[in-house]
Amino acid sequence: MTALMTQHAPVLLIAIPLLGAFAVPILGKLGRGARDAFSGLIALLTAALAGVLAANVFGQTGAASLYVLGGQGFQLPLPSGMSVPVRIVLQPDGMSAFMTLITALILLAAVLFSFSYWRDRSGGTLYYSLLFLLVAGVFGMELTGDLFNFFVFLEVTSIAACGLIGFRVWRKTSQEAGFKVMALYTLSGLFVLLAIGLLYGQYGGLNVAYVANALSGGTLDLIALGLLLAGLALKAGAVPLHMWAPDAYGEAPAPVSAVLVANSQASLYGLFRVLFTLYGPAIRTETAGWLLITLALLTIFVGVTMALIQKDIKRLIAYGAVSQIGYMLLGVGVGLAVSVAKPDYGFVAMQGGIFHMLNDAACIGLLFLCSGAVIRAAGTSDLDRMGGLAHSMKWTGALFLIGSFALAGVPPFNGFASKFLIYEASFRLSPFLAVVAILSSILLLAVFVKAFQAAFLGAKPSVPVRRTSAGMMIPMVALALVVVVFGLFPGFFLDRIVTPAVNALWYGRDAYIGLVLGGG
Amino acid sequence: MNLGNMPFVAAALLILLGIYAVLFKRNLIKIVLGISLVETGVNLLLVTLGYRTDGIAPIFTLAPRAGPMVLPTPQALTLTSIVIGLATTALLLSFVVWIHRHYGTLDVRKIKELRG
Amino acid sequence: MNGITSGYGAWNPIAWTLLFLGVLAVGFLVRASGRKGCKRGTGQTKVFLSGNEEPEEAGSLHVRGGHLYWGMVEGLSGYFRRVCAAHTGVLSDYAAWFVGVLGLVFVILVLGG
Repeated sequence: MTALMTQHAPVLLIAIPLLGAFAVPILGKLGRGARDAFSGLIALLTAALAGVLAANVFGQTGAASLYVLGGQGFQLPLPSGMSVPVRIVLQPDGMSAFMTLITALILLAAVLFSFSYWRDRSGGTLYYSLLFLLVAGVFGMELTGDLFNFFVFLEVTSIAACGLIGFRVWRKTSQEAGFKVMALYTLSGLFVLLAIGLLYGQYGGLNVAYVANALSGGTLDLIALGLLLAGLALKAGAVPLHMWAPDAYGEAPAPVSAVLVANSQASLYGLFRVLFTLYGPAIRTETAGWLLITLALLTIFVGVTMALIQKDIKRLIAYGAVSQIGYMLLGVGVGLAVSVAKPDYGFVAMQGGIFHMLNDAACIGLLFLCSGAVIRAAGTSDLDRMGGLAHSMKWTGALFLIGSFALAGVPPFNGFASKFLIYEASFRLSPFLAVVAILSSILLLAVFVKAFQAAFLGAKPSVPVRRTSAGMMIPMVALALVVVVFGLFPGFFLDRIVTPAVNALWYGRDAYIGLVLGGG
Repeated sequence: MNLGNMPFVAAALLILLGIYAVLFKRNLIKIVLGISLVETGVNLLLVTLGYRTDGIAPIFTLAPRAGPMVLPTPQALTLTSIVIGLATTALLLSFVVWIHRHYGTLDVRKIKELRG
Repeated sequence: MNGITSGYGAWNPIAWTLLFLGVLAVGFLVRASGRKGCKRGTGQTKVFLSGNEEPEEAGSLHVRGGHLYWGMVEGLSGYFRRVCAAHTGVLSDYAAWFVGVLGLVFVILVLGG
């Protein structure tokens, strides 16, 4: 059984949430308990599979492995002697396994939180269905080695995400947010499809390794790169394409906002896969790298300054999330800009950027879950109307503080570990980058101090406050434990998890291509 | 009849028309139509990529003549894309219905309660 | 033991935490060797509001979230005015930003090689 799971882990990671998505409505007919138990089982199974995949991939120090869907051989020998890869392959390498770990962690936290979040509301069955569909799409985006398959899963996540954003149909702002986000996601997805079509028309293949091998870097390829970059950057939330993000994260139910962050990070992963593995040395990586760095600086600064003036707690955290995407773009952009000469600080920058993906997912997940508890307690999400929650919700306040400090990069939490690497490495490329990054981290601390003061400090409110239930507290404490443990032992996790992922992007292009084309 | 590059030009025109509709039209339904036009343009481009001159349909059984066949892969891609387009258009239109119920208008310049 | 090194610096969180706890301990020692004699519930622990009376409804003293950082926002008001005006909330403007950035990326990538 375990051998089966190990061998088929990549496809099971997509299939089991998909099964969950379609089976939950049936089990929902049997009652809430059956539905909750089934959802928990699916989430646990998915997390176990992600762990198995990670153990496999990281055990081989980040070497890619190949999983062919639907058959053993994926090479079609032509009469001329050449062979063409014809099947859809899943190619989990170090970076993919890293992303699946992040997604599995956020899924577990969100599903655990959802048990108590939906206890006294109706409609939970369809919510779980959409949530599992979203996660299946995210896993698909992270594991696939085929360009069109990536597009299909991209659209699956778009539809599921917008269904969840507009879930509460009685709120007019939810519908507005759902429509805006869906229109932008669809438009960007169509441009991604256009780019894939251009690449297919030129090279006759859809497999990432095949196209990467054949890529020549002409004008049409650069146009395809531009389309892919803009489309995936919109879904990731880079400024100035970020304007859907506060609407989306603000209107979705609290546990969904955490999973939407994982969704954005999966698009960011797609962007990195395109830039490093698909194009790689075929383009002038300096140009692309500095483009990423410019987007990153804009994102960091505009994200955090817009967060300063927000009056809604979830929109505030959403702008914080947008700002942190900028840090990931900065780290990897510095790495991309110097990826020809490959100096040491390029590797360190990529380590920082990619480690920050995990740290940011954990911290923002924690903050969104805390905000869900706060909105429940205060009855409103307006910062001008809440206050004094720390009298009755001490633990939630402490966890909110841990999440804020970690995200702002205060030692000894995990945010500092990744931001330290980003600061040091980007300083080596240009001191201005590190200055903007550090100042924006300080501003982010100010932003969360504002949120904490507004929500938790102050006199006791006159109406009694609904305290956070134990079911909501457990996933929050789990995420806070992740934050603290990753902060106290960053070296361990950096060596085991992050460095193989960086190796897969930084050095692993030839191995990635060779696995599909060289072998058989 | 040799069509030359006409299908590519048509696809590009459809995409540009769709972008124009999304950017400059006020009615929400026209914006959804614009997105649908972009989709159609991309699908047309995908199908055209598979065409080979004087090619026949890629079916071996009862083929009319031996000779070049058009590529079947882009046709599969286009079918998938059409189905995805169906789902996204359905979701967009259901959002439009709810927006009309809540806001009473379909003017995109008036639906800006979430801003800043 | 564990810790991360970037090329030019090192960070060891265990060492930092121990140092932090040590400094906290020193702080507590200093506090413990001070004057005892704080009587709770008397005037010694009442909130001092510059000599004013504490209002009955203490909730009115809470500075609400929207008013924080007023000075900073005022100082950067030129920036905020322009950037907030760019976040119009209209979908067509968001799509215009997307198409604009797409065009810019085309120009940069094709010209930059």
